[in-house]
Amino acid sequence: MNVPLLDRLHVRGVAVVATAAASSLLLAGCVGGSTTSGDSGSGASGSGSAVIHLVGYSVPKEANGAMEKKFEATPAGQGVTFEEAYGPSGDQSRAVVNGLAADYVSFSLEPDVTRLVKAGLVDPSWSANATKGMVADSVVVIAVRKGNPKNIHGWDDLIKPGIKVITPNPASSGSARWNTLAAYEHTISDGGSDAQAKDYLTQFFTHVESLPGSGRDATNAFLSGDADALISYENEAILARQSGEDFDYVVPDESVLIENPAAVTTKATPKAKDYLDYVLSADGQAQFAAKGFRPVVPGSPTGTVQGANDPANPFPTPKKLVTIADLGGWDAVTSKFFDDKTGIVTQVQQSTGKSK
Amino acid sequence: MTTAVSSALAGPAAAEDDPRPGRRPTGRRRLTTLTRGSGLGLGIAMIWFSLLVLIPLVAIVVQATAGGWTTYVAALTSPQTLAALRLTVGQAVLVTAVDVVMGTAIAWVLVRDSFVGKRVLEVVIDVPFALPTIVAGLVLLSLYGTGSPLGLHWANTSHAVTLAFLFVTLPFVVRTVEPVLMEIEPEVEEAAASLGASRFTVFRMVILPSLAPAITSGAALAFARAISEYGSLVLLSGNLPYRTEVASVRILSFIEGDQLTEAAAVASLLLVVALVVIVGLEIVSRRVARHG
Amino acid sequence: MADRAERAAGTGRVRTVRQPSLLRWPLRIAVIVYLVLLVVWPVAIVAVKTFERGVGPVLDALAQPEVVFAFELSAANAFWAVVVNTVFGVGISLLLVRYEFPGRRALSALVDLPLSVSPVVVGLALLLVYSGRTGWFGPTLEHHGLQVIYAQPGMIMATAFVSLPLVIREVVPVLHEIGTEQEQAATSLGASPVQTFLRITLPAIRWALLYGVVLTLARSLGEFGAVNVVSGGVALRTQTATLLVQERYNQFGADNTTAAYAASFVLALLAIVALVVVSSLRPQERDR
Repeated sequence: MNVPLLDRLHVRGVAVVATAAASSLLLAGCVGGSTTSGDSGSGASGSGSAVIHLVGYSVPKEANGAMEKKFEATPAGQGVTFEEAYGPSGDQSRAVVNGLAADYVSFSLEPDVTRLVKAGLVDPSWSANATKGMVADSVVVIAVRKGNPKNIHGWDDLIKPGIKVITPNPASSGSARWNTLAAYEHTISDGGSDAQAKDYLTQFFTHVESLPGSGRDATNAFLSGDADALISYENEAILARQSGEDFDYVVPDESVLIENPAAVTTKATPKAKDYLDYVLSADGQAQFAAKGFRPVVPGSPTGTVQGANDPANPFPTPKKLVTIADLGGWDAVTSKFFDDKTGIVTQVQQSTGKSK
Repeated sequence: MTTAVSSALAGPAAAEDDPRPGRRPTGRRRLTTLTRGSGLGLGIAMIWFSLLVLIPLVAIVVQATAGGWTTYVAALTSPQTLAALRLTVGQAVLVTAVDVVMGTAIAWVLVRDSFVGKRVLEVVIDVPFALPTIVAGLVLLSLYGTGSPLGLHWANTSHAVTLAFLFVTLPFVVRTVEPVLMEIEPEVEEAAASLGASRFTVFRMVILPSLAPAITSGAALAFARAISEYGSLVLLSGNLPYRTEVASVRILSFIEGDQLTEAAAVASLLLVVALVVIVGLEIVSRRVARHG
Repeated sequence: MADRAERAAGTGRVRTVRQPSLLRWPLRIAVIVYLVLLVVWPVAIVAVKTFERGVGPVLDALAQPEVVFAFELSAANAFWAVVVNTVFGVGISLLLVRYEFPGRRALSALVDLPLSVSPVVVGLALLLVYSGRTGWFGPTLEHHGLQVIYAQPGMIMATAFVSLPLVIREVVPVLHEIGTEQEQAATSLGASPVQTFLRITLPAIRWALLYGVVLTLARSLGEFGAVNVVSGGVALRTQTATLLVQERYNQFGADNTTAAYAASFVLALLAIVALVVVSSLRPQERDR
């Protein structure tokens, strides 16, 4: 077939460009392929270069980032690199059980570590230290729009007509479990009965307009949407405000003490234990405080915390603070509230779900 | 001018019996029975195909039925799952209807009209086919989320689902209709017109019947694509249970919650729809081949 | 007034079809408005938003080690998916076109399946078979040192799955068109099957093959849903460019937003380049 010269040149040109583009991409693929298919399994130790696989819940990413940098400057942390994955606490815990590589795990609540103990991935003695396995604390707070236009000052204001609330999904998120516990327990703290508390929780869930997967997802949904209130960790509200997001938060009179655990897995590289020690040191706790977490080691200085309601006094104690110990420990709490069939929160979610 | 998507949509089987001029086998086609070498080749290919595709898909069916019939039905009829399925199918049907109308219109303009910049439209139509779905979500958010210059705040509403579906299914009807439209003999239209038929009658009685199989296959592909959509909805829809949660998101939350049987149950439903679409397309293309 | 339509590209015939002029402009406008609102304007806004703070932050974002790694990983996955699907794709195409065997029709239909399956379903399917703890083959494979889920092999499989039909769909019609005459002539002249393939078949299908490869590449680079399920999204380990976009978009701070948009911009650019390449190749293939 007689193809005009110009057409042939044009076609050749296109073919050359296409081949060049494709080959450079493929070459990058080769290079990328060899680097990534290189090391597998956790902790390639030796000659001081170690990798710590950190699997965490969604909100301490920035805090861990700051601590990792400081840790890498210490003698123990020389040559250490981190590979991190963050997500909803429950989902991350299940992922580790299913094979996600992890040396250091940092979850929102203790049952997510207990799951790993049951799977043989974390030693049962993980919590036998001075802080009972916890690395940071916080409290449940209510975030509201700038200026608090709907005048929300406590839990009961959330069930006023027309108020739209965001809280994460208790099925996947650790934050959500703390939130629903706090919502329920505030009634008890105020002298109400279990029946009244369940009734409040039911009304609470009818006002929930969105159930994102993780604590961080919930914050983003609040910031990019039009809900009136977000239930979250105090540290999450502080961090968002540090990053320039413009909103207010209220520490309600009744709240729950959030205790976040961290542990090292059984097959972890030794450097992971060094990192855990650093996190629990005064230096590490100061880093946590700077990002809005309440230090777990008693007597740790907190300094001024940007983004808090009052940077000089960033961590006020709520009038009625309930702890998990008060409620009988996590086993009791999990079966009472979060059991798949008979848990109070499960039942409330199902009943409010059907009525939508 | 056919581009990326149309040949990708034609399907390997269709070419065999496809009567359209450009695709008629010019050489003599002879199917031979397997020699030893090719038998070995088939064996290796089947092993690869099984390990990658067949066995995993069978695993879904096995897992879905692991708990027996009652568990299967219970998983599918839990209120949240039913809501997700209803939303997904409902939106997909709506979007497919819009695609049929707009897709035919676009194909018409591309084939029968000409103006400056028409070639740009050709590339524009294929963009949803090539764009990563997560980027598609970001793209749609820019115009229809908070901060939208049009003042439309559709993020986290069911409109976001409609939008995402419309975006990802855009090329399908266009690309199946376009080649058929190009091959329509103008003589038949002119004959009908010269016999006094109005333009609308010409369209209805001459053109539309020839386009019907192409429109149907494009619509089927669009429907299958819509119910499978996931990536663009992650950022755009908020994945709110009972409100904007679609089937794929439901499956994902089952997976993340370690409820693999429930996940496989919903997945098996989507698989059945995909198979129905493919088998249906086979039948349609063979019918077209027979009636020419 | 009757209009004359232009020559239709591809068939080379002059078409003189009467255009209903009353409908011409409304149709044109409706189509253009629809496409602008759905595709053109949103894509343009993303391009603008990417460079909102200037070119500097974008380049900084793209230079971050996590971002560089994510793109390298995407490219690596795409590369292997292309290799696997090209080798087996050509093989399957030859088998489907040239040979008769029981189940040929079924195989031909099944090959199309990955195009209509949800990516989350793909991820679930691979998870059920290859998961290290509860999968069918996973525990055995891990026992021998091969981790599939939460590691790169799983991501490559997921990417290969979703782009599987693309090469086959391009090559099969061409194999039909060219027929077997030349191949038979070569064989009768004494050429071995390999020689026949390399010298006769391969050159005949090269444009269709290139076409299919570019489509596979574009599809593989853009894969999100299936990889999301099987990879765990570990930054600097199993986080691809698409997973990075999702992660960064969900983080606070202008730098993270810029990173999400910058990665999206690069991915969108690659997709459009692939489309332009492929649409320029098409007329060449038809004029063959």
